[in-house]
Amino acid sequence: MTGIETTESTRAAAGPVFDYAPAPESRDIVRLDPQYGLFIDGEFVPAAEGRTFTTINPATEEPLAAVAEAGPADVERAVAAARAAYEGAWGRMRGRDRAKYLFRIARIVQERSRELAVLESLDNGKPIRESRDVDLPLVAAHFFYYAGWADKLELAGFGPQPRPLGVAGQVIPWNFPLLMAAWKLAPALACGNTCVLKPAETTPLSALFLAQICQEAGLPPGTVNVLTGAGGTGAALVSHPGVDKVAFTGSTEVGKEIRKAVAGTHKRLTLELGGKAANVIFEDAPVDQAIEGIVNGIFFNQGHVCCAGSRLLVQESVADLVIDRLRERLTTLRLGDPLDKNTDIGAINSAEQLDKIRLLADVGSEEGAQRWSPPCELPSRGFWFAPTIFTGVSQSHRIAREEIFGPVLSVLTFRTPEEAVAKANNTPYGLSAGVWTEKGSRILWMAQKLEAGVVWANTYNRFDPTSPFGGYQESGFGREGGRQGLEAYLDV
Amino acid sequence: MPERTDHLGHLEHLDVRKTYKLFVGGAFPRSESGRSYAVRAADGSLLANAALASRKDARDAVVAARGALAGWAGTTAYNRGQVLYRVAEMLEGRRAQFAEEVAAAEGLRAGAARRTVDASVDRLVWYAGWSDKVAQVLGASNPVAGPYFNFSVPEPTGVVAVLAPQSSSLLGLVSVVAPVVVTGNTVVVVASEERPLPAVDLAEVLATADVPPGALNVLTGRTSELAPVLAGHMDVDGIDLTGADPSSRAELERLAAANVKRVVATDEDLARTPSLRRLRAFVEIKTVWHPVGI
Amino acid sequence: MTAPLAGPWSPDVATSDAALRRFLHGLPGVDQVGAEARAAMLATRSIKREAKMWALDTAVSMIDLTTLEGADTPGKVAAMCAKARRPDPTDPTVPAVAAVCVYPDLVRVAVEEVSGSPVAVASVATAFPSGRASMAVKLADVRDALDAGAQEIDMVIDRGAFLAGRYGQVYEEVRAVREAVGSALLKVILETGELATYDNVQRAAWLSMLAGADFVKTSTGKVSPAATRPVAVVLLGAVRDFMQAGGRRVGVKVAGGIRTAKEAVSYLVVVRETAGEEWLTPDAFRIGASTLLNDLLMQRTKQRTGFYSGRDYFTID
Repeated sequence: MTGIETTESTRAAAGPVFDYAPAPESRDIVRLDPQYGLFIDGEFVPAAEGRTFTTINPATEEPLAAVAEAGPADVERAVAAARAAYEGAWGRMRGRDRAKYLFRIARIVQERSRELAVLESLDNGKPIRESRDVDLPLVAAHFFYYAGWADKLELAGFGPQPRPLGVAGQVIPWNFPLLMAAWKLAPALACGNTCVLKPAETTPLSALFLAQICQEAGLPPGTVNVLTGAGGTGAALVSHPGVDKVAFTGSTEVGKEIRKAVAGTHKRLTLELGGKAANVIFEDAPVDQAIEGIVNGIFFNQGHVCCAGSRLLVQESVADLVIDRLRERLTTLRLGDPLDKNTDIGAINSAEQLDKIRLLADVGSEEGAQRWSPPCELPSRGFWFAPTIFTGVSQSHRIAREEIFGPVLSVLTFRTPEEAVAKANNTPYGLSAGVWTEKGSRILWMAQKLEAGVVWANTYNRFDPTSPFGGYQESGFGREGGRQGLEAYLDV
Repeated sequence: MPERTDHLGHLEHLDVRKTYKLFVGGAFPRSESGRSYAVRAADGSLLANAALASRKDARDAVVAARGALAGWAGTTAYNRGQVLYRVAEMLEGRRAQFAEEVAAAEGLRAGAARRTVDASVDRLVWYAGWSDKVAQVLGASNPVAGPYFNFSVPEPTGVVAVLAPQSSSLLGLVSVVAPVVVTGNTVVVVASEERPLPAVDLAEVLATADVPPGALNVLTGRTSELAPVLAGHMDVDGIDLTGADPSSRAELERLAAANVKRVVATDEDLARTPSLRRLRAFVEIKTVWHPVGI
Repeated sequence: MTAPLAGPWSPDVATSDAALRRFLHGLPGVDQVGAEARAAMLATRSIKREAKMWALDTAVSMIDLTTLEGADTPGKVAAMCAKARRPDPTDPTVPAVAAVCVYPDLVRVAVEEVSGSPVAVASVATAFPSGRASMAVKLADVRDALDAGAQEIDMVIDRGAFLAGRYGQVYEEVRAVREAVGSALLKVILETGELATYDNVQRAAWLSMLAGADFVKTSTGKVSPAATRPVAVVLLGAVRDFMQAGGRRVGVKVAGGIRTAKEAVSYLVVVRETAGEEWLTPDAFRIGASTLLNDLLMQRTKQRTGFYSGRDYFTID
């Protein structure tokens, strides 16, 4: 790969004698075509209007492939194909056979997981360590989990004969492209729906590879369709009258627009939106693990995580200790080539997102918070942002209220558990929260009081297909994962 | 109805008519607007004047519901079940009065009205029993692939606005309110516009049945006037549109998008045995992770 | 070596079991799952090729080459000492190991065999490995080893006393050995495999540091599990915290079960990322091992020649 030199991992206090190797995962495992079509009715086809867009590697700005941009006619075709499959092969199929197809997909994902991990890191910019150790295992696990539900729906507690909804239009974000595709497709297919999936504009490739996997698995044509494109494609999909179910993961702003777009229709809707999670550190926390939890909470996936622990609430009595430790730890973070197995922090997904992060970080400085980053050399090409913490932040600062969706942590303090809860809940979001304390009763008390769909106690950013995930308030509604995740795709 | 007189021509008993007011924060205020509207029986005769709630009354009711939320959601499920069962007991004790009200409002014969009241009592009892079971049915312990204990529990959504069904003045009302309250939400319910009196009577039951002030608030008035206020209110977490005019649904859902409200808009037959659907509608599944280690 | 200590805990923390308990139980807890996840993540780090040669040599120089068998003889010890001085007879650029580690009765043999080399002689003592003897016997054991010329003493703590909460007793024993040892190096073996929890590991480390340990050491090698990466994470965190809190730089020795160069290097990564680079010297980090040395030499040859070597090209002792 060209650009290894420029994106080589850099580290502030790199020792003279003992440094980590650039240990690049081989890019050759992924063979990219110069051009990709839409996946409609089991085949890859060009967009009706012939439009394409280019997807790039955000770590190098190098073009990866040209991808078809779906227009209204393509949405029409894809929804029609999904409808036909719903009324045809997939809709008529027995649950146990749907299960087998999903198991097949899970297995193929496992077999090709290294390739898919590299692809994901290329298109998204995330460190290979994460795509390899987190994203891909969870993708396979999600298909495995929901495969097993496909022939047990009548025993799932939704009545004796739960019916699927029909055609699902699913719009997913760029932060976990393949994982979000799995979260959408697996339960929908298990319940007997057919799907039209719209991956994000900046990360279309892994969904197209997943479409290939669907082909390879012999999935009946039209059961899964993939439409690549930008916001317009997604808008056309969710407002198409032939869609019975809309599932969206993305920003709260767009989620509200989608809510309005489906208002008054028969369409079912689930939304997984933004967050501004509090990660609460009590004075009796296991400090070293809490530091890891803070780091994992906000710097995992460059902070491009809706449930990121972007507001650190530290009890005043240990604030200095925690902040000092955190700074020390940040100096050991390695930012650089996403394909380097030693990289902790990869590239920001797009120039647009980088601008947004820069803007909000500048606002943080202007508002009087103290900004700090470890000495950190950024590669000259690509989109990069050094891990950043703001101390002296108060609830009224924009960086404590708005979702930055980047590697930027706002540090606030509190004195009592009540104050911690009040500050943690003082946001229209409610996706996740973290609690660090060795006192069991306090953990349960906090877990009860925190208005968040997921509460991580003495850990952070853990995911599992059996574990329901989703938000309170403006973080959306509906759950993905677990038995509860079936509800979004059944007429119950 | 002609008044009876004794042999001297004196009235035997002149009816003391009831003033039908709102029920907000455990009190019975008139509408702050001073407005009222005529409520007529199914046969067109005047039954009473009901308070015509305003936007400000709706706002006050939301404030009351928000204030009551922590207490009501924080009480034990057992306790919430007892309170709801107490409501059923009180309703049972006033069956005759409610049967009369329902008969007048809905134009039912006495027998049918009595059966409706009985069904309403039964519905309250049914939902009361759910208070400490819903978490066991909707929640779970999740076998995650790692050294973590992971469980999911349903929690109340928060302040929920309910537009009660227009035709079924008591059974319909109970059927939409009970499942929302029993799970720990606090409620602002807009009673049937044309048939609001059983709702106000029910409020009187609530006031004496240990329902904490503000947990359940009853507004009477124009659904079309109050619904947009509640749908667009940023401190309302969910809304049940059952009693909304179908033509207004799309607009109400658009308003509800402002703070991503949970919206229920079903046309199910409320007279039938209920399912879990309404219990599920206004709960949030919360999942908690903790490492397992020594 | 002057034992404790200036710092925020001084001078009262060791005045009684209760005071020690208050102090040790006031340390931040260690979450098992989190500590193990951190250790597992560090194990995925790979180091640079040029750095690898340095790492292999450094690992060699950190070894306490050890034989602690009932079947040990002067002949066995002499052979080991030869290997310690000159790990690879065909390559003089290989550094000597840090020390040889033997039972007290074989210290005299070892001292003779390593004389004139930089290799130190360490001896286990205090009724190794169980520590089940009177204090008089333990101190006699220590003096025996010192009299025979040992420059380093690897003592064991009384795990029974520790687990029973008799922290004062454990503290006093380490203090007494510290005094007996004088200017020689004192390594305190915690036997982490018997302490059961990382919280206990951390407390035992602090207790030993407060009492004057120069090194805290994981294991005797006679109990399973011996050294593990998560235990190393906890110990290295403890020595870092101790120094930051105004103490000295205390070293860490991992011992038992480390057999491959890959594992050894991964421990160096843990050292660097947890305590910091200033611990990456034989003064502050040791690896107690025997068969590890040959694997390090084999990997070293691989680095140098580009080809995998074979076991018969390295001496067995």
